[in-house]
Amino acid sequence: MLEGMLAGLTTILSLKMIMIVIGGCLIGTFIGMLPGLGPMSIIAIMIPVAITLGDPSAALILLAGVYYGAIFGGSTSSILINAPGVAGTVATSFDGYPMARDGKAGKALTIAAIASFTGGTIGAVLLMGFAPALVQVALLFHSAEYFALMVLGLSAIAAFAGRGQVSKALMMTCLGLMLATVGESSLFQMPRFTMGLMDLQSGIGFITLAMAMFALPEAILLILDKTRSKTPDQQQNEISQLRITKDEAKTMAPVVGRQSIQGFLIGVLPGAGATIASFLGYAVERNISSPKEQEEFGKGSVKGLAAPETANNAACTGSFVPLLTLGIPGSGTTAILLGALVALNVTPGPRLMTDQPEIFWGVIMSMYIGNVVLLILNLPLIPYIAKLLTVPRNYLIPFILFFTLMGVYIGQNNATELLILVGLGVMATVFRIGGYPLAPLLIGFILGPMLENNFARSIQLYDGISFLWERPMTGVLLILSLLLVCLPSVRGLLQRRRQTKAETKTV
Amino acid sequence: MFKLDFRAVAIATAATLSLGLATQTLADDHAIESIHFLIPGGAGGGWDGTARGTGEALTESGLVGKASFENMSGGGGGKAIGYLIENAESNKDTLMVNSTPIVIRSLTKVFPQNFRDLTMVAGTIGDYAALVVANDSPYQDFSDLVDAFADDPRSVTVGGGSTPGSMDHLVPAMAFEAAGQEPTAVRYVPYDAGGQAMAALLAGEIQILSTGFSEAIGLADAGEVRIIAVTSPERVPAYESAPTLVEQGYDVTFVNWRGFFGAPGMSEEKRQQYIDVLEAMYDTPEWETVRARNGWVNIFNPGDEFTAYLTEQEQIIGDLMRKLGFL
Repeated sequence: MLEGMLAGLTTILSLKMIMIVIGGCLIGTFIGMLPGLGPMSIIAIMIPVAITLGDPSAALILLAGVYYGAIFGGSTSSILINAPGVAGTVATSFDGYPMARDGKAGKALTIAAIASFTGGTIGAVLLMGFAPALVQVALLFHSAEYFALMVLGLSAIAAFAGRGQVSKALMMTCLGLMLATVGESSLFQMPRFTMGLMDLQSGIGFITLAMAMFALPEAILLILDKTRSKTPDQQQNEISQLRITKDEAKTMAPVVGRQSIQGFLIGVLPGAGATIASFLGYAVERNISSPKEQEEFGKGSVKGLAAPETANNAACTGSFVPLLTLGIPGSGTTAILLGALVALNVTPGPRLMTDQPEIFWGVIMSMYIGNVVLLILNLPLIPYIAKLLTVPRNYLIPFILFFTLMGVYIGQNNATELLILVGLGVMATVFRIGGYPLAPLLIGFILGPMLENNFARSIQLYDGISFLWERPMTGVLLILSLLLVCLPSVRGLLQRRRQTKAETKTV
Repeated sequence: MFKLDFRAVAIATAATLSLGLATQTLADDHAIESIHFLIPGGAGGGWDGTARGTGEALTESGLVGKASFENMSGGGGGKAIGYLIENAESNKDTLMVNSTPIVIRSLTKVFPQNFRDLTMVAGTIGDYAALVVANDSPYQDFSDLVDAFADDPRSVTVGGGSTPGSMDHLVPAMAFEAAGQEPTAVRYVPYDAGGQAMAALLAGEIQILSTGFSEAIGLADAGEVRIIAVTSPERVPAYESAPTLVEQGYDVTFVNWRGFFGAPGMSEEKRQQYIDVLEAMYDTPEWETVRARNGWVNIFNPGDEFTAYLTEQEQIIGDLMRKLGFL
């Protein structure tokens, strides 16, 4: 193993390779900031470039750089303008954006960068050490377990509901699940709820809905309420403001540690991935925090930002386990990477490590290098990126609107998507003003199809719902979900009882 | 403009000098100044790759002066078809890419039009279908599966990365039907993507994976699965060890083609120009680069042959889908 690592290192440590990593990271970061372009499309764009490099290791290193850059760039738009460009960074905006609105954009970006870096690096270590063993565990997951995992993800919604908002959150979740059913599902060829509109046939686009729920209402509210966003004044935006205090580092450390491992494990499952990892990461961290810290979640909590950022990066690395050991792409991005590998005459699979060790180790080493380079490149850039928010509002708001509209248009080239965006955006603004949380809606929308498809598959395979009790792991996951939903209420109940006891005593 | 003409002349001159028969080619080279590719789906999909790859090979080889691309997703491709028909006048230089789903989706009435409403240019590439089992599967060839299926149809579950009624479902249904079994008894489980279906195969949730042959080769090369049947008429040189269904005694062949269509009312002359330029493309090294990069199989089906082929495919798929209850 050491030999392999050294071989990988010698492949990577040359001026040419370092330049390629840096180039890839920069391209990925900047294109990744555009909400419409996630890692998947950026990698697709870069594949022809990578292939012309000729050397498979160099190509992979370029793509790894682009990949990590894009993930980092994606969280930037979530944090700065509340516009998550990929599902994996939706949870990042829950606490990242409130922090930025508080004038702490630089700090939020720094936390995100460090969390990403740690998640990615710990992920790479785990990948190196346990890939072959973990993949066997991943194969224990059948559709029934994936269904239960999606239920667990949905139950995390309880974590997003503030006090007394559980019923509102549930309503929004249902709405999200309903929106997810629009279009042709993967179970039937028939369109559902499209009202005869061809543009709805392939369903509502994720980017469209994410922009309509988050970015657009935010821009509208910024126009309506002039005191909404604090502009960080020059003094505040100095480097000292970016630095994380000792206390913050102390709060972050255990979160990052836990979520690196949890996120990685979820990423290893071919049917789960970064999005679910980030939601579960957020939910778990909120549930195990003290009640006082729980209050902070959703309002700019350090933990709430670090958890999903760490988890989604660790999960991205985890998704390389099935790719490299079995040749199975677990996510859209790894599917595209698999295509690139095949075009380069590299066949990922159990034999890769023995047949072409320089590639296997090259990929792993490129993950370390990609992460380090990204951190080194981005930390000095953060003050400048954060300055974006110091742009006067009358320029900033049109900029956000332009960004949002372009992001929606760019992926589909379909102008009707813009109308859908505006319609949903107005609806979302009304919800926001009425105090209905929008995150549960988006989570319902993202998890809905996976929940439905895995459930339907299980029913088909078991000729009924007997899988609910015949498969022990499904049962365990469902019980966990139940706990996750009930825990906050039970805790609240206990607290109230204690209070009333205390009161009765004083009386 | 001057630059473009200069380049064309330069290419033509070079061709004249080296081959001595280029007068004809010169006329053809000039025949197509530019092609606009209409892609009925979003960026990054199979249609997108086909159109962009073809455009790249055509322009870089100098066969076509300029290629532009437009993605128009919606309605499972129906939006682009409707657009091409309604705006036929202004789309004389447009080629729309499509594939087997145009046949399936017009049968299931996802969109009201069908391929006859368009000008048939040519099918250019294709992929056969394959049935795959895990390495440790007890089934050695397709007849083992037929035996197991005959004993208990529920013991054999087929999975694929697309919806019921799509190619991944129809191919195993055709194969079992050819073996004298009831195609409606085939249990087909749809997955969200091919990769997830593959994971399900290795996890033992399904017994057969139905997928495209080029993807199956990639999976088999990784060493975890075996291809037990391919729908080509003869064994494919790229993967000689995969037996065809035909040689195992089941008369089933199937190609998922991809090809190009023009707006309705395109002149016969113009159509011939497109066919010629696509045919000439196969011999260029630029096309070979693109083809190899994507693992495509050259299957050229120009003009009326294309129409005849699709008519036959529509008949076969339509019959089967009626039997399966999709129509």
